[in-house]
Amino acid sequence: MAAVQDIDTQDKGGLGRLLVAGLPYLWLLLFFAAPFFIIFKISLSDTAIALPPYTPVFEGFGAIGDFFSQLDFENYIFLTDDPLYVTAYLSSLRIAAISTVLLLLIGYPIALAMARAPGSIRPTLVMMVILPFWTSFLIRVYAWIGILKPDGLLTLLLHGVGLLGPEEQVQIFRTDTAVFIGIVYSYLPFMVLPLYSALEKMDNTLLEAANDLGCPPLKAFWRITFPLSLPGVIAGSMICFIPITGEFVIPDLLGGADTLMIGKTLWTEFFGNRDWPLASAVAVVLLIFLVIPIMIFQNQQKKVA
Amino acid sequence: MAKTLGPVKRKFSPWTDPSAVPFIRFENITKRFGNFVAVDNLTLDIYEREFFSLLGPSGCGKTTLMRMLAGFEEPTEGRILLQGKDIRGVPPYRRPTNMMFQSYALFPHMTVEKNVAFGLEQDKLAKGEIAARVEEMLKLVKLEDFAKRKPNQLSGGQRQRVALARSLAKRPQVLLLDEPLGALDKKLREETQFELMDIQTNLGLTFLIVTHDQEEAMTVSDRIAVMDKGVIVQVATPAEIYEAPNSRYVADFIGDINILEGTVMATDSGLGAPGAIRIECDGIQVAVDQECQAATGDKVAFAVRPEKVRISPDQPADTSINAVHGEVWDIGYLGDFSVFIVKLDDGRVVRAAQANVSRLVDRPITFGDMVWLTWPLDAGLVLTR
Repeated sequence: MAAVQDIDTQDKGGLGRLLVAGLPYLWLLLFFAAPFFIIFKISLSDTAIALPPYTPVFEGFGAIGDFFSQLDFENYIFLTDDPLYVTAYLSSLRIAAISTVLLLLIGYPIALAMARAPGSIRPTLVMMVILPFWTSFLIRVYAWIGILKPDGLLTLLLHGVGLLGPEEQVQIFRTDTAVFIGIVYSYLPFMVLPLYSALEKMDNTLLEAANDLGCPPLKAFWRITFPLSLPGVIAGSMICFIPITGEFVIPDLLGGADTLMIGKTLWTEFFGNRDWPLASAVAVVLLIFLVIPIMIFQNQQKKVA
Repeated sequence: MAKTLGPVKRKFSPWTDPSAVPFIRFENITKRFGNFVAVDNLTLDIYEREFFSLLGPSGCGKTTLMRMLAGFEEPTEGRILLQGKDIRGVPPYRRPTNMMFQSYALFPHMTVEKNVAFGLEQDKLAKGEIAARVEEMLKLVKLEDFAKRKPNQLSGGQRQRVALARSLAKRPQVLLLDEPLGALDKKLREETQFELMDIQTNLGLTFLIVTHDQEEAMTVSDRIAVMDKGVIVQVATPAEIYEAPNSRYVADFIGDINILEGTVMATDSGLGAPGAIRIECDGIQVAVDQECQAATGDKVAFAVRPEKVRISPDQPADTSINAVHGEVWDIGYLGDFSVFIVKLDDGRVVRAAQANVSRLVDRPITFGDMVWLTWPLDAGLVLTR
């Protein structure tokens, strides 16, 4: 009797576990896989001046044969034909890469200082890093317009300290520089937090041991601290690089006409040209580009664990 | 039961030679952390090739003292001389000391081999020389087969060996060991203690070990400094510390001991031995054959180790001195020894230890028995501090 009960409870436990493990997959299925297939479907369609502005190629299961015969890759072919898209992709990747490096260079010292700070003030420092999120992202980017525009706060400040002649103005707004400033500012917490969590875990006696064995502090940083913080460096870089590649708001608000990013191109295709299939194709290709770094990231995480 | 008095070692006692120059000298060292005085005007000499222990409870300043020698802390006052040279301001990476950390502090991202090689690489030795030295060190700690493993793939005992090999690889003039064996189980700890002594003797290095484990200190050391609240209470060989502690603190800290508070009634009372002292401890008359600085009327403590107390159901011939009567309250069976806890008529407790030479079933004394405890004149100690 007892044995039967045992099996019973085990079964229930198994079902419960299955449910718990299944929930994230259900979530991904509903909110990632399904929308992705819709986008993918649209990307294989033709443009139409209608509502919705495309011709469906797949209606009902009876039409599967038709579906395959009608599959249309012309949008993807078009992406490679027009150099605009290739340039936009490459430009996005370039901006994301440069931004990630800048974020690392700025974020690492911040995270290191936070991790080395006395334990009592660390929670306050973490709080301060997160604090900008209390304000809307959009408003913070708008604020940068006020700072960077030719007659903005930065110009006023430089006039004030006399670094800039009275007739001169800062020419940053609507350039790539402004985009980099905006991106680095917006994404800094996403870089600092994973770095901090990696550095904070580090045992300080490791540095003492390195010192004791004849290794000066600066060298000990490169031999001990940095290698041990690599999981944080990789996590931070991925968390920043991936969304920056598809960033739309910052280049749209701060960038100039020549700031080419794929997020902006996508928006133009979608809302400007109303070419949903082409926009969808752009999105699918972008996703494929980004899956590669995500997979590297996953792989690294597995190695660490 | 502390019964190890340290193994018989080579005749080595530079501290008794007034012309010997100390290898390390702590000179009036004071270290303050804010208002807290970790080390208080401490002076200590350590000689070359000595295996020296700093022994004391946690917070007594022993680790701080060691960290000042390693260079992680600077003394607030006083100076540290290494081979006669003041080492103030010399950073840790330029000091000829290496430390084995309590937590081992192995670099988790490096293999065993790389960990051991780390210090040698800092000295810019030739590759071949480094490899040879690493191999030698791993052989010394019997870890040749584990060279390519990472620290997290090793057991606690193996990690401890890697830490030892790493700290020895540079052949430091002084090896500092901070609670080196704390994380090991008793058996492994004892084995390692003897290995440490072998290594120290074979390499001819000076070892300074910090520990709170008195048995460990007794086993490995040439000399022990017993510390309390930032000061050294006694510096002596393990046997001296055990047999002739200079204070209640040291007597109580090292091994097991009976302490009875009393008053000196007479000195050199002609009990047969010159320098004998008679003490009354609340109705118990004791006599000790010992040179003592105490005068008649002084408040002192009488102390006697349990293993020096004889226990017997029979009344001794002379019950007037060094004899007490009571009931066996408890018996602690330790295998090799049994400790009898005897409650005297006035409620005080005296412990007597007896080697279990015969098997348990033959034990003549058991719970509730009325027994006599006696000890010879030279067994006890008078503690004035």
